[in-house]
Amino acid sequence: MPRHPGDQSLRVPNATESPPLETAVEPLVLVDRVSKRYGKTRAVADLTFGVAKGEVLGFLGPNGAGKTTTMRVITGFMPPSEGRVLVGGLDIAESPLEVRRRIGYLPENPPLYPEMEVTAFLEFAARLRGVPKGRVQPAVARAIERCALGEAREHIIGKLSRGYRQRVGLAQALVHEPELLVLDEPTAGLDPKQIHETRKLIRTLAGERTVVLSTHILPEVAVTCDRVVIIAGGRLRAEDTPEGLVARLGAAQRGRGTWEIETAAPADAAEAALRAVPGVARVEAGPETAERTLVLQVEAAGDRSVATDLARALLEAGCPLYGLRRGGASLEDVFLALTTKEAEANGTGTSGASEQDS
Amino acid sequence: MRNALTIARREIGAALASPVAYVLFGAFAFLYGYFFADYLQSFVEAGMRMSQMGGFSGGTLNVNADLIRWLMASTAILVLFLLPLLSMRTVSEEIRSGTMELLLTAPITDGQIVIGKFLAAFALYGGMLALTGLHVGVLFWFSRPEIAPVLAAYLGLLLLGGGLLALGLFFSSLTRNQIVAGLLTFGAVLVLWLVEFAGARGGELGRLLSYLSVTGHLEGFARGVITTRDLVFYLSFAAFWLFLARESVRSRRWRG
Repeated sequence: MPRHPGDQSLRVPNATESPPLETAVEPLVLVDRVSKRYGKTRAVADLTFGVAKGEVLGFLGPNGAGKTTTMRVITGFMPPSEGRVLVGGLDIAESPLEVRRRIGYLPENPPLYPEMEVTAFLEFAARLRGVPKGRVQPAVARAIERCALGEAREHIIGKLSRGYRQRVGLAQALVHEPELLVLDEPTAGLDPKQIHETRKLIRTLAGERTVVLSTHILPEVAVTCDRVVIIAGGRLRAEDTPEGLVARLGAAQRGRGTWEIETAAPADAAEAALRAVPGVARVEAGPETAERTLVLQVEAAGDRSVATDLARALLEAGCPLYGLRRGGASLEDVFLALTTKEAEANGTGTSGASEQDS
Repeated sequence: MRNALTIARREIGAALASPVAYVLFGAFAFLYGYFFADYLQSFVEAGMRMSQMGGFSGGTLNVNADLIRWLMASTAILVLFLLPLLSMRTVSEEIRSGTMELLLTAPITDGQIVIGKFLAAFALYGGMLALTGLHVGVLFWFSRPEIAPVLAAYLGLLLLGGGLLALGLFFSSLTRNQIVAGLLTFGAVLVLWLVEFAGARGGELGRLLSYLSVTGHLEGFARGVITTRDLVFYLSFAAFWLFLARESVRSRRWRG
């Protein structure tokens, strides 16, 4: 259901230009005009953004937007085709080992050896990351405690549940106390309770550590991130705080509002009544709910007084009114507005909308 | 070096935690045991025939020249066929399971990854060869062979194995599929073995081919003769494939 079909005014102004980096805090990570090509395909094009020390940056985009590629470039897994990446002032291309020492990385699929015990694996990860011999044990103990792995300490990784494996993955990224944590979809495949715990853990890490996390789940960004970078098609579409993005979208939408109306009448009658109200631009009925009611999305020009008109129109048409609520611009609206341009241009509608759940 | 050892230690642990190493060791012990029993039988029979002839045949039997030497040559063939099984999973498995991403983002060089893998495979191979110490020990118990040629033969086997493992490591770094890696290694080993027969036809090409033969260079060692030519061959052979393996790992970064 396209909420904002093809409306170019929704596009955040100047989103595709390189926004100024936050200069108040020295950026720990600077991605500078980075492009990455695989053969002829361009996964990332001319990407520039910074990550300030101690902040949690959300990297948001639909699947295939170039999130994983960007993270792999930041972690030094692969060199960029063009541009450069600085971490703590060091160019990855020039001092790869020094930079990698400062980074903890959790790829999309946690890199685990199924035949190892959790503790043995974390010891291996610590040694691999250059933790001095005497400090390996305490580092592993700390990572186990942080990620609540105490019970699984001596379990074989291959026999752990998905949630535990993800936690072991997080623990291996943390074990050497890196300045920068790069997490590729850290909550993918977890149940709601585990998602909540993981987000809480990420929040506790913020401040002392800098976190870059990618996700295609929108609420996650609002909950865990200080700042959001939205990319689609390998290009930067917006960079702001979650609140800032919503505010910018709201500004673009000024003079218009969306309303959510719940009623019990047949859809046709309700829609007809609402359409007749002056200023209404669009009415869309949702599916019938379990209580045999309908939720309609109405887009109308004018100020708040239009709500009265909407309610009156419904009642006069003999439709019972169960609820009327102003829908603010959500992060989802911003996301869709910024990432579905191509889909709409092709006339395929907002197929991207299906990516927001899961 | 510490980084390479960290990788090697994990690698050996993984091999010993999986059935692969045991199956391989078992197969080797069985086949070697068969060869040993067979050669010993022939040796003993030849010895009895000789003593019946009262030494008039003019020949003498020597444990080193007439038993251990052939035993070592046969061991080389076993090694040729079994080592691809040891090397095939080394890198392939990391690529398949995604743990390569952990290694490639750790503060270690691509060369250290390759050396670590190689050291682990080489140590396991050393363990496999050590099994033959039992049989050879029996010979020393009942007879008095010279020890130096035996040690030379073992050195030759270690060098041969090292070269083959380096080659296998390279093929393993090419693919995420360990069966494909194993088959490629096996094919390459077969070619490098068969060139010895092709080289026997002589000529310039023949000389080149017989130089490339991985088993040809073992003959000296099996007789107890260590030459620089053979040493250089095996060491450069291993170094060549390890270099290619490192480049292959490095290129994986570009390909993603």
